[in-house]
Amino acid sequence: MKADNVLEVVDLKTHFLTEEGTLPAVDGVTFSIPRGRTLALVGESGCGKTVTSYSILRLVQSPGRIVGGQIRLLPRRGEPIDVAQLAEGDEHLFHIRGGLVSMIFQEPVAALSPVHTIGAHLAEALQLHEEVSRAEARRRAIEILRKVGIAAPERRVDQYPHELSGGMRQRVGIAIALICHPELLIADEPTTALDVTIQAQILHLIKSLQRELGCSVLLITHDLGVVAQVADEVAVMYLGRIVEHGPVREVIKHPRHPYTQGLLQSIPALNVGRRLASIPGSVPPLNAIPSGCPFHPRCPFAQPGRCDVGGPPDLRTVSTGREVACVRAEEILP
Amino acid sequence: MNATTTIASTARPPPREAGSLSPWALTWRRFRRHRVAVVALHALAVFYTLALGAEFFAPHSREWRDLSHAYCPPQLPRVSLAHGLFVPAMRRLIDPVTFKKSYVEDETHPVALGFFVSGESYTLWGFIHSDRHFFGVEDPAQECYFFGADKYGRDLCSRMIYGSRISLSVGLVAIAVTFLLGVTIGGVSGYVGGAVDNVIQRAIEIINSFPHLPLWLALGAVLPPDWSPLATYFAITIVLALLGWTNLARVVRGKILALREEDYATAARLIGASHTRILFRHLLPGFTSHIIVVLTMSVPAMILGETSLSFLGLGLRPPIVSWGVMLQDCLSIQTVANYPWLLMPVVMIVLTVLSFNFLGDGLRDAADPYATR
Amino acid sequence: MNPPLLSVRGLSKSFPIRSRGFRSRLVATVQAVDDVSFDLNAGETLGLVGESGSGKTTTVRCILRALTPSAGQVLFRPPAGGLTDLAALSESALKPLRPHLQMVFQDPFSSLNPRMTVAEIVGEPLVVHGLAKGAELQARVDDILKKVGLKPGHRARYPHAFSGGQRQRIGIARALIMRPSLVVADEAVSALDVSVQAQILNLLKDLQAEFKLTYLLVAHNLDVVRHFCDRVAVMYAGRIVELAPTAQLFESPRHPYTKALLAAVPWPDPDRPMKLEVAGEPADPSRLPGGCAFHPRCPDCFAPCALERPALREVTGASWTVACHLPSATQPPSVLPTHGTDRG
Repeated sequence: MKADNVLEVVDLKTHFLTEEGTLPAVDGVTFSIPRGRTLALVGESGCGKTVTSYSILRLVQSPGRIVGGQIRLLPRRGEPIDVAQLAEGDEHLFHIRGGLVSMIFQEPVAALSPVHTIGAHLAEALQLHEEVSRAEARRRAIEILRKVGIAAPERRVDQYPHELSGGMRQRVGIAIALICHPELLIADEPTTALDVTIQAQILHLIKSLQRELGCSVLLITHDLGVVAQVADEVAVMYLGRIVEHGPVREVIKHPRHPYTQGLLQSIPALNVGRRLASIPGSVPPLNAIPSGCPFHPRCPFAQPGRCDVGGPPDLRTVSTGREVACVRAEEILP
Repeated sequence: MNATTTIASTARPPPREAGSLSPWALTWRRFRRHRVAVVALHALAVFYTLALGAEFFAPHSREWRDLSHAYCPPQLPRVSLAHGLFVPAMRRLIDPVTFKKSYVEDETHPVALGFFVSGESYTLWGFIHSDRHFFGVEDPAQECYFFGADKYGRDLCSRMIYGSRISLSVGLVAIAVTFLLGVTIGGVSGYVGGAVDNVIQRAIEIINSFPHLPLWLALGAVLPPDWSPLATYFAITIVLALLGWTNLARVVRGKILALREEDYATAARLIGASHTRILFRHLLPGFTSHIIVVLTMSVPAMILGETSLSFLGLGLRPPIVSWGVMLQDCLSIQTVANYPWLLMPVVMIVLTVLSFNFLGDGLRDAADPYATR
Repeated sequence: MNPPLLSVRGLSKSFPIRSRGFRSRLVATVQAVDDVSFDLNAGETLGLVGESGSGKTTTVRCILRALTPSAGQVLFRPPAGGLTDLAALSESALKPLRPHLQMVFQDPFSSLNPRMTVAEIVGEPLVVHGLAKGAELQARVDDILKKVGLKPGHRARYPHAFSGGQRQRIGIARALIMRPSLVVADEAVSALDVSVQAQILNLLKDLQAEFKLTYLLVAHNLDVVRHFCDRVAVMYAGRIVELAPTAQLFESPRHPYTKALLAAVPWPDPDRPMKLEVAGEPADPSRLPGGCAFHPRCPDCFAPCALERPALREVTGASWTVACHLPSATQPPSVLPTHGTDRG
């Protein structure tokens, strides 16, 4: 592991203790984000990518609980903090949320209160973490709005969220997330609700702001296209575990895990004029995770007696920077 | 940040429900998890059973009285090896100076109690003739007041059981009228829409803005005093229902408007289903549970309405017994101070209203089996 | 060549916006669909793409008469019988034609009545039209369930017991049980995960071959359209701006909006960066700019664009049309320098 990471997650387990039993939504996830880089967590619905990101900000609600592992935040200045160990009302948490780590959401509408102006949202975010006067807060709000590409920010700052379009609202969401210069930005499906031309604008914005402000980004998405365009590294999740991790170019061009291969073969863009090779079956429910490798019932390379017994395979390094959780990774090289 | 709270609820795995349970079975399953509501349901079952079998469950009849025991305080049954289930007999003392009556327990004269004792004869539901009572004194010549006696020496316990007949059913009759009015008017408002909807909605707003108490006073005054108690009773329920349907009508209208836009309603139109089929096969089943919830939640208002009216002397009048009528005895603060057990019906009203509210709460949470919680 | 199965001519739909209050007044109208015309041949797949507010969903809902068009014709040729204008028919006259026109919905959760079993949902079309009952109904339901990849044992279950992909299969079964000739798929795979999306796309292709279906696919996902459709119509602000065979459209798009749309797609390849060709946001249908609705965002906008609405002009024959004033838009492919958005 490189020394200069902003976040190190070690063996994180977030389980939902429901009446139907324990649902291991996140079950032993380990990754780290180098300073200034972008890591994408990618996977289908129910793979645990969102729960992972919520765990980092301790936003998981009952019956969900972090039952194990570490979430170590390493700020530029100050001591490392293990977020997983903090108590619910710990003041560190308020310092972290919106200060050290901030988040942008899929639905920009839901994240903005309809009765407050854009300026009030920005000032609130700022004043929670810094001692600033009202005039200073307003000046900073206008400055950040200009930075996220909103025209006439002096006028927009006094408008209400409903007066803005969807793309504009997402820009405001990004402005709120960035106003305190966080060291880590978590973007949870930031463009899923947006049209494709707006999506391109927002992704460009996130990339250029990241370069300008030097923050790291944890991108949560289901879209491998977005991953390819924005991320440096990618971790593919399936049933609460990371099954493959590596640099984006490598993983997308030479996937090693059968699940990643299946995902890429399902994308129409990469298979023009061919029949799509879909993954058979569907994702099993969290209360019925198969033994052995959780993917083995859907895997074309599964071997009885090897893939379907014991616990799930560990994520292991197969070449420099590449990690795969598959016992047959070497045998099934394409 | 406000943002964090609004989104956090989505970070849950979707609930997986087993196989082919029908929506009603799912509703019941969710309802059972709501413990207080289940307790409330049982409590209501007991109350209504008591009301139905009042003649059998009440130790005495409605009008049974013993003037020599006026304002006799309540006594709880006791158990001893020597006497079994018993209460000490009550002896009345009259203060020679003030003539104030008071009672002392006479431990030397136990009054034996028992189940299924024979007492006054009655006719239950018009065809069961018997003189057996669920619980009471073994020797009909003796007496015991579990909840105390009123100024005529009538048994409050028996009167409350008889009174629950009226008080609990006034809600149900009013609810039936509410249901008819609410579903019809709300359904028309939602499905037809346009100007009709507009007129109905404004009418609802006008009805809702009426101050209820003066209206009741006026209506109560209009009811001819020479009407039979039964006629008065029905008039009261209709009055309650005429004011109570607006809430349900709004719910029905809102649900129809919402469900009409659901894709499955469009899908039904596209396969060529008729309006009737869409309304009854697709829309109505989608909110029957909501109707039940609204109705359950409005029973307490009906019960309280009857009680208030009767208490004020505008609703039911003696000889009909209802909890409200019984509370008329509490109009003087002196009476209440000296004989607090006369307020016993209030306890029952509170218990019943709470039970209905808890039941409604539980039903509301269980009503939509597909909502993620 | 056979006459087209469906001809849409000058289809328009406007929604009145009324003020709230006791006496509602007409405040404005939103022109959701404006003069849309296209042909759909039997057995082909036409994709309708565009961003939110482009009117693509309103268009297909007008064609299926879930909405009543404000103007225009929807000429449909049922298997037996002559050309019929669906737009002019009453609800009761439409009913006998309904079995030939079916729809698959976007949301696999709201499109199935949660209070009906799978057998009731799938069999409902047959019941409504009185086509089958009793054992025959059961047999046909089982048959179509098998065709869409579900087990007959699933028939007694309720929709909540199924995953999104399986629910979409139920929706497809309901649409196909009456053997329609035209199936409209309104974003039918948009709500699904990518691996499930591939399963459903494959299923729709197989069923097309088996039942000789004609598809009208509404989508915002250009990947899906490119994979699935024979021809593509691009819509912007209620109008078709470009209609072309899929290969031509993706290789050398002519309308600046088509180009921008294609450039903005995040390609799952880090070596092919997406491009920002246009700024701004899609036009608001209630406040459309004059002239070409795209001109405020268009990088190549010139004098006539703000004044005059461009008509659809032919590029190479009637199969490729574009609505743009730019002279280069209609030049034959050989004259035109290959555009940067070509992605082979």
